[in-house]
Amino acid sequence: MTGGGASRWWLGAVFVAFVIFLYGPTLTILVLSFQGPEGGLTFPMSGFSFHWYERLFAGAGVVDIWAAFGRSLRLGLVVMALTTAVALLGGYAFRRRFRGEGALFQLTVASLIVPSIAVSLGIALQFRILDDAIRALAEAGRLPTWLGAEDHTTAMGLFTSGLGAHLTWTLPFGLLIMFAVFNRFPVEVEEAARDLGASPWGVFRHAVLPLVAPSLVGVALFGFTLSWDEIARSSQAMGEANTLPLELQGLTTTATTPEIYALGSLTTGVSALVITVAFAAHALARRARRSASR
Amino acid sequence: MSSSRPDAALGAAALLDTATPPASAVAAAAQPRPGGAGAGVAPYLQAAPLALVLLLFLVLPLLVTAAVSLWDYTEFTLVPDVTLRNYREMFEGCVSGSGACATLRTYLSTFRLCALTLAATLPLGFAVAYFLAFHVRSDAMRTALFLLCTAPFLTSNVIRMISWIPLLGREGAVNRALLGAGVVDRPLDWLLYSEFAVVLAFVHLYTLFVVVPVFNSLMRIDRRLLEAARDAGASGRQIVLHVVLPLAKPGLAIGAIFVGTLVMGDFVTVGVMGGQQIASVGKAIQTHAAYLQFPAAAAQSVVLLAVVLMMIAALTRLVDVRREL
Repeated sequence: MTGGGASRWWLGAVFVAFVIFLYGPTLTILVLSFQGPEGGLTFPMSGFSFHWYERLFAGAGVVDIWAAFGRSLRLGLVVMALTTAVALLGGYAFRRRFRGEGALFQLTVASLIVPSIAVSLGIALQFRILDDAIRALAEAGRLPTWLGAEDHTTAMGLFTSGLGAHLTWTLPFGLLIMFAVFNRFPVEVEEAARDLGASPWGVFRHAVLPLVAPSLVGVALFGFTLSWDEIARSSQAMGEANTLPLELQGLTTTATTPEIYALGSLTTGVSALVITVAFAAHALARRARRSASR
Repeated sequence: MSSSRPDAALGAAALLDTATPPASAVAAAAQPRPGGAGAGVAPYLQAAPLALVLLLFLVLPLLVTAAVSLWDYTEFTLVPDVTLRNYREMFEGCVSGSGACATLRTYLSTFRLCALTLAATLPLGFAVAYFLAFHVRSDAMRTALFLLCTAPFLTSNVIRMISWIPLLGREGAVNRALLGAGVVDRPLDWLLYSEFAVVLAFVHLYTLFVVVPVFNSLMRIDRRLLEAARDAGASGRQIVLHVVLPLAKPGLAIGAIFVGTLVMGDFVTVGVMGGQQIASVGKAIQTHAAYLQFPAAAAQSVVLLAVVLMMIAALTRLVDVRREL
């Protein structure tokens, strides 16, 4: 288009270089994760083996990495489900006018751009104060004994403070995707359903939901992968139990063998698998919708 | 709409519409919405979970942070109080000009990282977005290439940082190549665990945040404008400078806001790629928190938030993002 031939090739070269820049390093550690048993953290390869994966699965080198793996997986799934549901509802709410919609939108965007360390620290402080309050109340005998608050340690954890921290990161993405979806969603569908006598729930269930269902896969994908890889907001807010990215960050300073590459490649593999499954589900949902409307 | 733009396959591309809020806030009158005025209680119930999460885990924590920043603390406990001790200690030596102001130096170091990162990500992001928007002919190809650029965003930042170790280390591939080619006679040791490495990682991680909004801006440009400019005798260079670039400004501003705030608050990248040598505001907060000096960390956090808000205000002043939506 503009500039014609020369700039097209020049920009094409920049683009190719950019893609290599994006993927090259990740592919490098994928290759190096198959180092032979004597191989080190850098090239050259000394043979090809599954040695470091075997060590990883045996849990020999890296302590308790599978527990962290499981925690991240469970948290990711819960975040995924909640992000999808809350973003769908929120996006649907914005189809109509309500008081405070401007403030709620700005708050959502703010959630995206407030520095993660500030969010994480804030949540940690909040739970710290909450813990102090519970302990104080328990000591003063103000809480019923069946609560067992006498030996209260902390309310912080994966599915309390950690879950909240992750939702502040995933929900803005989810809501923005829902906006994009609803923006190109014809108002006439809802009007027609309503004119035909559908209840508000009926409109949502039978007219809206089937149409946006394929896009919900996208929201779910973002919900899971953003949580699975989240580290900045998790840093202060997880309490005792570390997630996988936090463990990985700890390993960066201590790791001396390609086992960390095996772990890294495996983690990326999970993300890639989720992305692929999401794409397949999206395609299937679209096809189903198309054949249903035929 | 969906025909002129790559289909928002899986919503990855829906990030494109970052700049398109509920249209309502901006153009409520222009767009008819179902339900209209007397929508009743339903929208409130639907918006409630979102509002609740944000109030509980964003607003309240930030208010708590502001309050705790005024508290006192000892080695063992936090002491509820109203004192400016934390702020005073933060800026100790800054006013007298004795040069012992750690906070100021930390901020300068962070601003430097921010400026270097922006200087790399904005042109690179613009070039990539420009190629996607104007030089890729078919929509399907454009969508595919766009997703190729966005997919790494869905993988772990830490792993993408670790990936540089075999390339940039003293024994790494780059040093080997340089030594082999006789360009250097000793391995370069500023490639990894240095400011260079930190900025490189930022560019690697965050250029996408420029590509997406700029691409969005470019796709909205009416192609007839470019033809008109060419018919009027403008050169390719002039078209880019005087037509495309001004119209891409809102996208560049949104990208700069994203990258700027991400770098300002970062502590993970600086920690992993800087080899504990580089100072940053985020790391200062993290260090205070690690030593359980929470009120000091809170004060740092409040100042960081203020600085970031000022940066955003300046950028939105520079480019009227809202008007462009």
